Amino acid sequence: MTEMTQDSLTAPTGRTNPEGRTSPDGVILEVRDLSVHFPITRGFLFQRQVGAVKAVDGVSFTVNRGETLGLVGESGSGKTTIGRAIMHLAETTGGEILFEGSDLTKLPRKEIRAARQRMGIIFQDPYGSLNPRMTAGNIVGEPLIVHKLTDTKAEYRSRVEELLITVGLNPSMTNRFPHEFSGGQRQRLGIARALAARPAFIVCDEPVSALDVSIQAQVINLLQDLQAEMGVAYLFIAHDLSIVRHISERVAVMYLGKIVEIATREEIYANPKHPYTQALLSAVPVPDPVIERQRERIVLRGDIPSPLNPPSGCVFSTRCPIATEECSVAMPEFTEFPGDHQVACFKATA
Amino acid sequence: MTQQSDTAGHLLDIRGLATHFATEAGIIKAVDDVSLYLDEGETLGLVGESGCGKSVTALSIMRLVQSPPGQIVSGEVWFQGQDLLALSESGMRQVRGRDIGMIFQEPMTSLNPVLTIGRQLTETLELHLRMSRSAAAARAGELLEMVGIPDAGERLSDHPHQMSGGQRQRVMIAIALSCNPKLLIADEPTTALDVTIQAQVLELLKSLASDLGTALLIITHNLGVVARYADRVNVMYSGKIRESASALDLYAKPRHPYTVGLLKSVPRLDQESEDRLQPIEGEIPDGTSLPSGCAFRNRCRWAVERCAEESPPMFDVEEGHQSCCWEWERVHSAPEVSEAPAS
Repeated sequence: MTEMTQDSLTAPTGRTNPEGRTSPDGVILEVRDLSVHFPITRGFLFQRQVGAVKAVDGVSFTVNRGETLGLVGESGSGKTTIGRAIMHLAETTGGEILFEGSDLTKLPRKEIRAARQRMGIIFQDPYGSLNPRMTAGNIVGEPLIVHKLTDTKAEYRSRVEELLITVGLNPSMTNRFPHEFSGGQRQRLGIARALAARPAFIVCDEPVSALDVSIQAQVINLLQDLQAEMGVAYLFIAHDLSIVRHISERVAVMYLGKIVEIATREEIYANPKHPYTQALLSAVPVPDPVIERQRERIVLRGDIPSPLNPPSGCVFSTRCPIATEECSVAMPEFTEFPGDHQVACFKATA
Repeated sequence: MTQQSDTAGHLLDIRGLATHFATEAGIIKAVDDVSLYLDEGETLGLVGESGCGKSVTALSIMRLVQSPPGQIVSGEVWFQGQDLLALSESGMRQVRGRDIGMIFQEPMTSLNPVLTIGRQLTETLELHLRMSRSAAAARAGELLEMVGIPDAGERLSDHPHQMSGGQRQRVMIAIALSCNPKLLIADEPTTALDVTIQAQVLELLKSLASDLGTALLIITHNLGVVARYADRVNVMYSGKIRESASALDLYAKPRHPYTVGLLKSVPRLDQESEDRLQPIEGEIPDGTSLPSGCAFRNRCRWAVERCAEESPPMFDVEEGHQSCCWEWERVHSAPEVSEAPAS
């Protein structure tokens, strides 16, 4: 543990930056105008593109060193695709992903691998994301081999043991297979694997939503302890607004491929300005009957439109309780409010 | 033990229900001596984590437990004056869908993919209410409209895959309520849905149930859902009811360590949370290797020696509030100096 904290995790910016540029102070990741479109093709031999699913459409945000940015949205909002695009698991259509100052969308393959070493990802499904034929030790140690981070077998073994201890697993479990672990323990394995290469940034894609309530809190505490010890930054993707409130410093709300509101945690929960954020917050029941029975609910009409055929103008206009004609004409730009608060809504007021 | 000696007054009265599953690893007591009741028009929340036996309890009421490997080994399920467990299979078929409706978690898999929505609605109406085809078709349109599906008349010819998840769950509600049942069992009705759709479906379910006077058994792991909709709550863990109380009492003064742990481990949307969450340490035990005595004792900070020796009975905390814990008098949810967390 001590070895990890003293290590290069808190190294100055730009350590692996191949171009020698330094990133702006404190910012580890900057996403600029990112778009990820999936083509829809027709035809068998002569495939032609007939449309595109705009999974992510013109999204910009930053993540600071050692902070947690919560990314919330419902299914189909594009939050997972953003995480995958950052990790180079989905191809981008446009925009830039600046990680420690260098644009991942333009780097040559070799340098991407070096940058990837500084990033990790934790997946939602603790069952599907671990190779069932690999032992716990090999799963956790694989990044060490891929990035050639250990010189001797003994060093490799002790590093794997150390990682297992870090995430609260018994190192004697190193030869067990994933099916021998419970869901919570499997998610711990996934976290240990993400930590193996000592990343400065981790994409956490719904890391606790498949876990039981009593186990969720254990994993959240572990993620927070690791952040405090190692200064790692998280992009925390989730649909559970209560957990996002607990773990994030800033929160971005997505709807149908766009960020509609982004602010500090205090601002977004105390003073939500976008009608979608307001509806989302009011839809989450609070575990307290006295308070819950007095809460007003904004029940939205209808379903989330298909990203195949998004509404014209503002993406939320079809379900928005306060939409007017102008909302179906153009997507509103961000308006700045105090408290690092940006809202994409024509109706937003201070 | 406050089980009523007669079923008068209770719509549903379950006594000593036990459902076991035979597996290669041994017998799993999925439901182990469960007693609960539900009054007419009341909403009862049955809360617990995966594997606690809440869904098997619901399936046992409906006698839908697959056998083998499952078997209802003992108990009585009194519903409107008859013991459902003593009914013939054909008698039970009359109850299912007509007197007791059920909604499952997965609207995708609980609807028949090759039948139209309209047919799935009319089937129940023709079978249970002996409606003519045309009368059933007209009623089906009304039911779809009742659950808030736009252009209901035209959607009757749709197949389930043409609808969104939220709409499918609305169709399930329409089918479940089509015969005006006395009791509706909703097993994790919104877990598979998005937050804003969850709110839509739950508000609909609750308002329809109260309009029609249907009693509601909501099975869920979501403490927030229960807080909003349930009159009373039963908390399950490892096959047993651990605590039973009115929703107000359960949240304000829980008297079982598991309930206390559950309430403390979830961050709340309406409050600035503390720096660290307070999880329940340890793992949910495997059904084949439960600890002796109280199944929760390994994770319990109030556990004493007796907990390992004897399984606790239900103690009366006060009128309408029971806790299955030897140490219930010491158990409370007030904050105190927490012991060093085991990592």
